[in-house]
Amino acid sequence: MSKSLTDIVEHKDKHPHLNIDKDLQSQSKMKKIVLVGNPNVGKSIFFNFLSGIYVDVSNFPGTTLSITKGVYKNFTVYDTPGIYGVSSFNDEEKVARDIILDADIILNVVNSLHLERDIFLTQQLIEMGKKVSVILNFSDEVKKRKIIIDTKKLSDILGVEVIETSAVSKKGFDKIEFAIENARIGKQPHDLHELLHKTLNRVGSQAEALLVLEGDEIIAEKHGVNPGSPDDREKIYIDRRNRVNELISDVQYEDTSKGKFFNLLGRLSLNPMTGLPILAFILVLLYFFIGDLVAQRTVSFTEGIIGKGYVEYNIKSFIADYTQTKINVDVLDDEGNIVDSKSFEFIPNKKSDPALAKEFSIFSKSIGAESHFHFSNPIVRLLFGEFGAISMTLTYLLFLLLPLVIAFYFAMAMLEDSGYLPRLATMLDRSMNSIGLNGRAVIPIMLGFGCVTMATITTRLLGSEREKTITTAILQFVIPCSAQLAVIAVLISAAGFTPLMIYVIVIFTVLILLSTILNKLLPGTSSPLLIDLPIMRFPQFDNVFKKTFFRTYGFMKEASIWFFVGALVVGIMDITGLLVVFQNLLAPITTHWLQLPKEAATAFVMGIVRRDFGAAGLFSLVLTPMQITVAIITITLFVPCIASLMIMLKERGLKEGMIIWAGTWIFAFLIGGIVSQIII
Amino acid sequence: MNKKTLDKAKKGTYLTISTLPSGLVKIQLIRLGISEGDIVFCLERLPGGTIIIQKNRQEIAIGYDLAKQILIG
Ligand SMILES: Nc1nc2c(ncn2[C@@H]2O[C@H](COP(=O)(O)OP(=O)(O)OP(=O)(O)O)[C@@H](O)[C@H]2O)c(=O)[nH]1
Ligand SMILES: [Mg+2]
Repeated sequence: MSKSLTDIVEHKDKHPHLNIDKDLQSQSKMKKIVLVGNPNVGKSIFFNFLSGIYVDVSNFPGTTLSITKGVYKNFTVYDTPGIYGVSSFNDEEKVARDIILDADIILNVVNSLHLERDIFLTQQLIEMGKKVSVILNFSDEVKKRKIIIDTKKLSDILGVEVIETSAVSKKGFDKIEFAIENARIGKQPHDLHELLHKTLNRVGSQAEALLVLEGDEIIAEKHGVNPGSPDDREKIYIDRRNRVNELISDVQYEDTSKGKFFNLLGRLSLNPMTGLPILAFILVLLYFFIGDLVAQRTVSFTEGIIGKGYVEYNIKSFIADYTQTKINVDVLDDEGNIVDSKSFEFIPNKKSDPALAKEFSIFSKSIGAESHFHFSNPIVRLLFGEFGAISMTLTYLLFLLLPLVIAFYFAMAMLEDSGYLPRLATMLDRSMNSIGLNGRAVIPIMLGFGCVTMATITTRLLGSEREKTITTAILQFVIPCSAQLAVIAVLISAAGFTPLMIYVIVIFTVLILLSTILNKLLPGTSSPLLIDLPIMRFPQFDNVFKKTFFRTYGFMKEASIWFFVGALVVGIMDITGLLVVFQNLLAPITTHWLQLPKEAATAFVMGIVRRDFGAAGLFSLVLTPMQITVAIITITLFVPCIASLMIMLKERGLKEGMIIWAGTWIFAFLIGGIVSQIII
Repeated sequence: MNKKTLDKAKKGTYLTISTLPSGLVKIQLIRLGISEGDIVFCLERLPGGTIIIQKNRQEIAIGYDLAKQILIG
């Protein structure tokens, strides 16, 4: 007994780790390459190139907000959030700081257009005594603007390798390998070096010593020393700034040629006289693209003709071959009036009655014909019936949502890539101040129209907790995500212009109301706007397509499971009679307060699972335009989807998250009801 | 020395940053490339006082509340 036990121990000693552990161990022995740079300089493109892992790339500062890890040859590579300096001013900086301290090799990505700003960080990395290579990115833009940078001289002054690249066309990427192999410790400024030596003895690493001198409290505490005073820090910073400015004037020559079209467009979009018309133009363009071209024309083709008319019809007709089915076929004219109608009953199944089946097949294919299948078997009904989990998932997901979601993500990606969003943020800054936010919050709110879940994560780029809370609440209460907006767009474009106006005005009013209340209630003050504006340009098509693809793919992957689950739940509730019970329970609210048919309650059940199903559940109802208006207002304000609830709880904590979530219930029915009482 | 603040800057003029508010904001501004004594160009002044300044090719938007704390000469 005891012998076998020691056997095991010995055995374990010989193989102290399982395979997975071994992988981890060899990975931790692998050298770490960390991509470091200011926001919006192209780090994520390099990360994608080196590791093959897709990460979002956008034309605004603050796209990457956490660390992503990948493998390149025998290195591990890390993508980091953009930072202006290594320190602990906010969460992203802390995250980045730790990984930088841990790095073996730092690839410092620099925007060559903004050397003065970016080399400041480079200089700090060098002063930290890290092995660094500098990547001068954006060389295409530099050329366009006829700026000349003496890379050789820059490399001599800094004492590290400097390579030139253009990440959008992958130019110069063949030199990355060289940059990695030749990363080294750069030249140290003399007086700082002496200062560092004193702290160095007590802290152990030059990098941490520098951070301590610069007043980093967390690192100082870790080593039990006193952090440098604010004055020390300021002195180091000003010295560094002066050194950098001097250096830049040595290596950069300009041919002052004025900016071109996009530069001008960037200016115009900020000018109060032209900025609003440009915004209006963009909104109109979006409306025609999404509201008209996709939500109307494309979807009526994909959903009506391909989805319902072909795919669903054929699947159901195939199922009917094997099970007892009653099929009603209505023939409609152009105005939607029923002009002819026939009923076919197949007992025990369609296959057993070829003659009738043939008649059905011919009649159901006449122009304007719509077939409604009623399966007797409850299981078949659950999967393929009116709310059939399979049939509904297929039609809604593939033929209704998919084209719309692609369109939304495409439009968002175009906006994200153009450099317009930070300018919009600037233009709206003052108005946002009055609701306790600064212009920066425009970015997560706009992203919310793509996906609320993703946008909730982006609130991290805001300056204070109260701004994060207000913005999260706005996202979860009033911003419909692309999938939901998609369904709303279809419903509302059928309802007309007045409902659209009512919808927009009500939602907007709620937004103002909600944020004003929160602004009053929450303690503290919000941070003022300070944002660097990226260049304005025509979106890069390959990036836009890649991003649209990955986001759509991510959406479909997640949505299909939940959609199926949601449809199944409603289906089971339908068959067991629970749905009617629930509908009757909610009836006072649905029928009296909201003045909707009681079946609308189904939409709310589905809405808890995912926002878009909520709206999708309204499709099957016959509603007047004003009822549609009330229904979509309620559904928009109603609870966010499960995924975004989870993320919100993670980002904002259990208490705050649950308050917001519960609040959406109250607001949705309250506002929906008030609107209903007024307009219906 | 007059006590003019950045939010009062005129669009289309060059101005000298004379004093930055002390503390964290100052560090942030220095990192972005703006320090005391710098000459910057006022690209735009939006209604309400959001200021866009340009230094070299870098355009930076500064909210009213912050601009108010920056002295210019
Ligand atoms: N013209 C040009 N654009 C570039 C180049 N490199 C990157 N970009 C663009 O710069 C933007 C930022 O790229 P990202 O890879 O998201 O930058 P990042 O450094 O990861 O940004 P954060 O995650 O926000 O810190 C994108 O719109 C890119 O298309 C380049 O060499 N030339
Ligand atoms: Mg990034």
